Amino acid sequence: MSILVFAEHDNNTLKADTLKTVAAAQAIGGDIDVVVAGLNCQAVAEAAAQINGVNKVLVADNAAYEHQLAENVSLLVTELASDYSHILATALTTGKNFMPRVAALLDVAQISDIIAVESADTFVRPIYAGNAIATVQSLDSKKVITVRTTGFDAVATDGSAEIIAIAQATDAGTSSHVSDELTVSERPDLGAAGVVISGGRGMQNGDNFKLLEGIADKLGAAIGASRAAVDAGFVPNDMQVGQTGKIVAPDLYIAVGISGAIQHLAGMKDSKVIVAINKDPEAPIFQVADYGIVGDLFDVLPELESKL
Amino acid sequence: MKVLVPIKRVIDYNVKVRVKPDNSNVDLANVKMAINPFCEIAVEEAVRLKEAGTATEIIAVSIGDKSCQEQLRTALALGADKAIQIDTDQNLDSLNVAKLLQKVVEAEQPQLVILGKQSIDSDNNQTGQMLAALTGLPQGTFASEVKVDGDKVNVTREIDGGLQTVALSLPAIVTTDLRLNEPRYASLPNIMKAKRKPLEVQPAADFGIDLAPRSTLVKVSPPSERQAGIVVESVDELVEKLKNEAKVIS
Ligand SMILES: Cc1cc2nc3c(=O)[nH]c(=O)nc-3n(C[C@H](O)[C@H](O)[C@H](O)COP(=O)(O)OP(=O)(O)OC[C@H]3O[C@@H](n4cnc5c(N)ncnc54)[C@H](O)[C@@H]3O)c2cc1C
Repeated sequence: MSILVFAEHDNNTLKADTLKTVAAAQAIGGDIDVVVAGLNCQAVAEAAAQINGVNKVLVADNAAYEHQLAENVSLLVTELASDYSHILATALTTGKNFMPRVAALLDVAQISDIIAVESADTFVRPIYAGNAIATVQSLDSKKVITVRTTGFDAVATDGSAEIIAIAQATDAGTSSHVSDELTVSERPDLGAAGVVISGGRGMQNGDNFKLLEGIADKLGAAIGASRAAVDAGFVPNDMQVGQTGKIVAPDLYIAVGISGAIQHLAGMKDSKVIVAINKDPEAPIFQVADYGIVGDLFDVLPELESKL
Repeated sequence: MKVLVPIKRVIDYNVKVRVKPDNSNVDLANVKMAINPFCEIAVEEAVRLKEAGTATEIIAVSIGDKSCQEQLRTALALGADKAIQIDTDQNLDSLNVAKLLQKVVEAEQPQLVILGKQSIDSDNNQTGQMLAALTGLPQGTFASEVKVDGDKVNVTREIDGGLQTVALSLPAIVTTDLRLNEPRYASLPNIMKAKRKPLEVQPAADFGIDLAPRSTLVKVSPPSERQAGIVVESVDELVEKLKNEAKVIS
C-alpha cells in the first residue's frame, strides 16, 4: 500500500496537525509520501521532510496553489492519486474543502473525520454530533479520507525524506482569491493547546472575554467560545468549538457560562479534564464536567486568576 | 437567475440520538425529524436573493422516500417556487447523492446551487464539494456571506484562521455555514399556499445511475460516556483538585 498525505500549511509553516494525519497513515500501514501545495513553500517542504516515517515530499510550488483553492488543489491531488491506495488530508477547513472534490473526481466515496483505523479499509468516525460512533468499511479501490486530529497522536520529526519538486500547475480558472481576514493571536492554536478556556453566552459581551485572558495567560491556554458567543458577536468565528466549529481534546478544558448543548459537547467532550463554571446547577455541562463550580462567573473568574 | 437548493430530512437538532441495542445503527423510530439546519439556511439565502431581485426562481430538491415531502413543503412555505422529490428508499452516500444532483443541475441549469455545508446526522461535509467536482463548477464552501455581482459571486468563507473571500464565476456551488443568515419562520398563509405549489416526484431509478453503496456500516456504538464529576465548593478547592488530583496544572 502507498499513502499520500496532504500537508496543512500557510506557505510558511507546516501545521502540527499534519503530524497527526501522518500518524493515521502509519496506522493504515504502507509507504507514506507527503504533498505540499503552495507558493514559495520550501520551508514547509523542509519541515515535512522531517516527519517520521515519510518517504518522499512532493512539492508543487506554484501561484495556482497559493491560497489552496479547492478547484486547483483537487485537480493536483487527483492527478497524483494514481500512484496511491490511500489519500489522506487533515479534517480542517482546507481538507474539508477540497478532499470531497478529489473523491468525486476519482469516483470514490470519502470517509470523513476518522478517529481510528481498524484496518486498511475499515475506519471509525463519529456521527450525529458524536452521539454515535460508526465503524465503516470502504468498498472502493482507492480510499479518500479526512482525519480528525483529536484521534491520533503526532508522530516525531526526526526523519529526512527526499524532497521532489513536481511540475503540476493546474489552474481551473473558475475561482480566484479576493482577501483573507485572519485573526492574529499570540496564543496557542485551539487545536494544539494543552489547555483551552471557552466562554459562552454567559460572558454577556466581548469585553468580558478579558476575564478569560488573564487565566489563559497563566495557563498558556487557547481561548474558545460557544456558538452563541460567536453569533452574538462577542468573538470571531474561528474561536467556535463544537460540532460545526473546532474539535478540541486538550488536557484541560474550562467551560465558562456555557450551558453544554449537544453541539458544543461534540467539540470538547474528549478533553481529558473538563471544568465547568456556571451559575445554573442544572446546566447540562455539569453532566460531563469532572469539576464544576456553581456560581457567578464574574466572581469566580477574578478569584481563579488570582489563585493560579 | 435560477437557484437550486438541495435539502435533507434529518433528526431534529434538539434530539439526542440513541444507538440500537444490536449496534446495527441509530434508532430513528418515532424520532422528531426536521429540515437539516444548514439546508434551512440555504433555503433562506435563496429566498433573500429572490427578494433582492437577484434570483427569479427557486427549486428545492430532496432525495429520499415520501416522508421528505414534508421538508420540501417547508421549503415551499419559506419561499421556494417548485419542489422535486427524487424518490428512493435507499440510504445513499454523498457521492451518489451528488450524482443524482448533477443530473438535476444538467436538467435545470441553475446559476447558483446552495446547499448546507453538512447534515447533522452523517456529519460528512461532502455533498456540495462533490457536486461541484462532478459539474466542473467552482465552489464557495462554509459561506458566511454571498454577494452576486454580475456573472460572478463573491463568497466569504469561515476558515480555521478567520475569514476568506473568494470570487467564483457563475454558475457556482455554495455551501452554507451557520452565520450566513437567520432563517425565518413560515407564516400560516405561506404554509397554506405551499400546498398548492408544484411538487414533482421522480424515481431515483429513472436517472440511470449506479447507486450501489460504496461502503458498509459495520457497526454503530454509543460513545464512551463521561461520568459526571463533582461540584467543588470553592475556587481554592478547584485549584487544589486540578493540581493534586487531576494533575493538569502546576
Ligand atoms: C446545526 C447546529 C450546529 C451547532 N453547532 C454548534 C457548535 O459547533 N458549537 C456550539 O457551541 N454550539 C453550536 N450550536 C448551538 C447550540 O445548540 C447552542 O445554542 C449553543 O452551544 C449555546 O451556547 P451557550 O452555551 O454559550 O449559550 P446558552 O445555552 O444560552 O448558555 C449560557 C449559559 O451561561 C450560564 N450563565 C449565564 N450567566 C452566567 C453568569 N453570570 N455566571 C455563570 N454562568 C452564567 C447560563 O446558566 C447558561 O447555562 C449549533 C446549533 C445548531 C442548530
